[in-house]
Amino acid sequence: MIEAPDLSLAALAPLLFVFGAACIGVLVEAFWPRESRHPVQVTVALVGTLGALVTTLLLTVDFEREITAAGALAVDGPALFLQATIAGLGALSLLLFAERALDPARSAFVVSAAVPAGSPRDRELLTVQRVQTEVYPLATFAIGGMMLFVAANDLLIMFVALEVLSLPLYLISGLARRRRLLSQEAAVKYFLLGAFASAFFLYGLALVYGATGSVRLGDIRSASLAGGTDVLLVLGLALLVVGLLFKASVAPFHTWTPDVYQGAPTPVTAFMAACTKVAAFGAILRLLYVAFGTAEWTWRPLVYAVAIVSMVVGAVLGLTQTDLKRMLAYSSIAHAGFLLTGVIGLGAAGDGSGLAATMFYLLTYGLTTLGAFAVLTLVRDGDGEATHLSQWAGLASRSPLVAAVMTLFLLALAGIPLTAGFTGKFAVFRAAIEEGAWPLALVALLASAVAAFFYLRVIVLMYFSPPAGAERGQGPTVGVPGMPTTIVLAITATATLALGIVPGSVLDLAERAAIFVG
Amino acid sequence: MSEVLPAEGLLGASWLLIALPLAGAAVLLLGGRRTDRWGHLLGTATVVAAFVLALLCTFQLAGLEERSADVDLFTFISTGDLDVRAGLLFDPLSAIFALLITGVGSLIHVYSIGYMAHDPARRRFFAYLNLFVAAMLLLVLGNSFVALYVGWEGVGLASYLLIAFWYTRPAAATAAKKAFIMNRVGDVGLALAIFLMFAQLGTTSYAGVFGGVGTLAGGTITAIGLLLLLGACGKSGQFPLQAWLPDAMEGPTPVSALIHAATMVTAGVYLIARSAPIYDLTETARTVVMAIGALTLLIGAIAGCAYDDIKKVLAYSTVSQIGYMFLAVGLGPAGYVAGLAHLLAHGFFKAGLFLGAGSVMHAMNDSVDMRRFGGLWKKLPVTFVTFGLGYLALIGFPFLSGYFTKDAIIEATFDRDDWLGWTTGGIAVLAAGLTAFYMTRLMLMTFFGRARWEEGVHPHESPSVMTAPMVVLAVGSVFSGALLVSIFPLSDWLEPVFGEPEEAAHVIAPATIGIALTVIMLLGVLAAWLFVGRREVPVTAPVRVSPVTRAARNALYADTINESLFMRPGQWLTRALVWVDNRGVDGAVNGLAATLGGSSSRLGRAQTGFVRTYALGMLGGAVLVAGALLAVTAG
Repeated sequence: MIEAPDLSLAALAPLLFVFGAACIGVLVEAFWPRESRHPVQVTVALVGTLGALVTTLLLTVDFEREITAAGALAVDGPALFLQATIAGLGALSLLLFAERALDPARSAFVVSAAVPAGSPRDRELLTVQRVQTEVYPLATFAIGGMMLFVAANDLLIMFVALEVLSLPLYLISGLARRRRLLSQEAAVKYFLLGAFASAFFLYGLALVYGATGSVRLGDIRSASLAGGTDVLLVLGLALLVVGLLFKASVAPFHTWTPDVYQGAPTPVTAFMAACTKVAAFGAILRLLYVAFGTAEWTWRPLVYAVAIVSMVVGAVLGLTQTDLKRMLAYSSIAHAGFLLTGVIGLGAAGDGSGLAATMFYLLTYGLTTLGAFAVLTLVRDGDGEATHLSQWAGLASRSPLVAAVMTLFLLALAGIPLTAGFTGKFAVFRAAIEEGAWPLALVALLASAVAAFFYLRVIVLMYFSPPAGAERGQGPTVGVPGMPTTIVLAITATATLALGIVPGSVLDLAERAAIFVG
Repeated sequence: MSEVLPAEGLLGASWLLIALPLAGAAVLLLGGRRTDRWGHLLGTATVVAAFVLALLCTFQLAGLEERSADVDLFTFISTGDLDVRAGLLFDPLSAIFALLITGVGSLIHVYSIGYMAHDPARRRFFAYLNLFVAAMLLLVLGNSFVALYVGWEGVGLASYLLIAFWYTRPAAATAAKKAFIMNRVGDVGLALAIFLMFAQLGTTSYAGVFGGVGTLAGGTITAIGLLLLLGACGKSGQFPLQAWLPDAMEGPTPVSALIHAATMVTAGVYLIARSAPIYDLTETARTVVMAIGALTLLIGAIAGCAYDDIKKVLAYSTVSQIGYMFLAVGLGPAGYVAGLAHLLAHGFFKAGLFLGAGSVMHAMNDSVDMRRFGGLWKKLPVTFVTFGLGYLALIGFPFLSGYFTKDAIIEATFDRDDWLGWTTGGIAVLAAGLTAFYMTRLMLMTFFGRARWEEGVHPHESPSVMTAPMVVLAVGSVFSGALLVSIFPLSDWLEPVFGEPEEAAHVIAPATIGIALTVIMLLGVLAAWLFVGRREVPVTAPVRVSPVTRAARNALYADTINESLFMRPGQWLTRALVWVDNRGVDGAVNGLAATLGGSSSRLGRAQTGFVRTYALGMLGGAVLVAGALLAVTAG
């Protein structure tokens, strides 16, 4: 007879909420009349994510760290903090998905993805007012996968979560309404490379199982403690890390990032940049510190090196980008490097301030980058979003508010004081220095200086250049956002400022959450 | 410093003092044209509300045993052992400043409703004025040098914006820049002083610095004292940074009254009084404070004698009177209270004088040339009486406020009984005579004699919204001195800050000084009557004058000295630096940028767009990662 595993329903509530909403979304897609489906899908998805956010926050009230679901899930401080972050950022991304006022075709997503791009039917559909609603259950599944990913206490669950979060992302990357070929190309590239990375992860999993006889993170830890570091285990660790670094778009596993970020519909890019990053780093932190915490000196030099490569590649390659979405993609690669400095700052016993700092950084980076992409959706020309740098020249004279908001986000990404970006960078660099990794912090500072150039260039362009296309009267237009995008911009801008000026309470929260169970 | 306890009750809400005007400024600046109609009323209301709150807080403070309250606001950054907190300190010293700022501020806001009634940018004016009040309150209420610095820069900004309020006038724009740049010089000193404190003591809070300053080396304390003094000189228009203040009169007259007479320019005195525990430990720095005070009060008094611009005369008078305050606080424990009493009394009479000058200008089509005034006492009776009372208070007419407070300073100076005391005291007495001379000259040229008005000028008394604040300030100028010195002694109120006032051994009997000062003052008045009052005032200033007059007209060549000593060498230095920058630094930077850009495009070539390339890259990366890990384990 099989004993039923112990399930703490309360601890699972956030996940149940999201996955429940995703399943309901699928049913709605099947049975609800098409005309009124959009608002219903948006509501279901938002209720699911916001419900998950609220339940995670409720769980933090007198919570106890526990391992539940037969040891498959760890419900601890970092898991809850990151789950709340993902749920919150996910809800904001869904709002961007739901924006209908900006595009003349009323949505950023293609009506029927199966119609070949450029065919007569496709051109016909471009003017149809119908909207695609399948993205909502897909995105909700992805959010659920991410939330599972950061709480997985078991390599198998981690792999399942990885796939649950990745597959819908591959799909929705290809659903752009405009520049469809670019979008489809991005989806295929992302899928192929993602499958490649998954294979690495899976192979690593098998090797680790071979070496330790278990897929449970805690067991791996005790096995590696008892048996020392044997070749199989180390190889397994290497391959697992490769799989995760791919998701976190850390150089040299970053090559997909610029192409996918550019091709995917901008709301999806925002979602990937904010939420996937959080999920991937949540899993990296858990894997390295719970399963391989005792083998710290094995992987530490590696993370050190990868962090430097990522920061340098992101910052240097960002310099010559002329497309804003690609530029933000390289910025995301550089930020992945900054985040790894926080991982180094976690310290030998896992008692450094690095964990709290990294989690705080994830929150601030997610909010800021989400806001920046949201601004990108506003500036448009006849062919959709105007993302070429030259089209942003002189934007401030035409639309001072949009330019000011974008300036705020760019300053935050560059890490200028009084914005969230500064507090986050300060926290991770400080954690790294406390652990003696000051050369890494030095490189990080230099990389920040290089990266600041391309953020500031956009600001200079917006404020000090003559407006683009003004003489021909055909510059890009700045759309008036509907309620959803306005909410997103208001929340992200306020949070970016607030976390820069009074970060105390959120930093405290991250510090109190920063203990793994394992 | 006495024990500081957390604030309770109303004092806990003292942050509202700053928040109210700040909110006013925000509404007016962000609200745009929508707030044009009622903006000035809102601006005035926030300051009046802050005044009422300051009064209530002061009453509560008076009831407390410790008479000092610490208001913890929020933690700015707290990671590990770095703990930056923002908080306020409401103690007797900050209380009198809060009352002065909000009290005089309220009156001047009311006055401005009338003065600025026809200005199209009235809303912007009130917004800046509110911003100033908020920043000034932060300056005096903050509980650390950093909070003070934030307020210090805030008032600097507000001052800059308001001097250049009529920014289309080149003179106003230039004056604003001059004020801003000269203040920067002082601010560098203040910033360096704060850095030094933080480096030596690891804290910038008043409690921490004053608690630990005793452990520092004497040289360090003196350095901190002198750097703070540099900051104070910049803000308060003291030698050698005095030249910006008279030019700042290009701003609207209420601004001159509030910022450049009653409150902001006295911030330097506040800084030194607040830093009393530092100055108590360094005789050298205090001597320098006294010397600067004495020198400035003389320069101001001499320059005041020669100008024909009514506001400039008053401005030099301000420079000179703040010199008295510096002299007093430089004396150390014996002088703090005297200096602050003079500061408060000066706040009343100088604000009143400026408002009066504004009323005169209002009547004379905004002219400031006293040679085209004359005989105004009949046309502007209320202005004449209130201005006259302020005048009497300033020259130290017996039993008006200036008499008590200036007397106390000079007394305390002589009480030192050494060469410094005698020299500076002598200068102070001499300058008192000069003060009487130039102020009498101003009165005679403005209100008496034959009317020398330009054509088309029809003087008329100002509306009551302007005269009412002048009346209140005139009453204050008459009585505040007696109130502060004998009826409610300021020394008792400030005892928790500066300690028990000690009974000084008088070198010269106070009565003798009082009589001597009165005689000197009357001599000054008489001289003015002989030189100015008896004769006809020429409409244009005479050209053939003695070298002394010429020097005084050029403010003792302060601008020339500044230009030749600082501006020219500064220009040479910048030219040299620009050359180095163009050749050396730019070369290096451009080279670095070219290298980075080049490597960026070379690296970018790896981004081919082909999945096979990407996959190969990933594979290579994975091999490297696995190889590195194995190497680390094996090694």
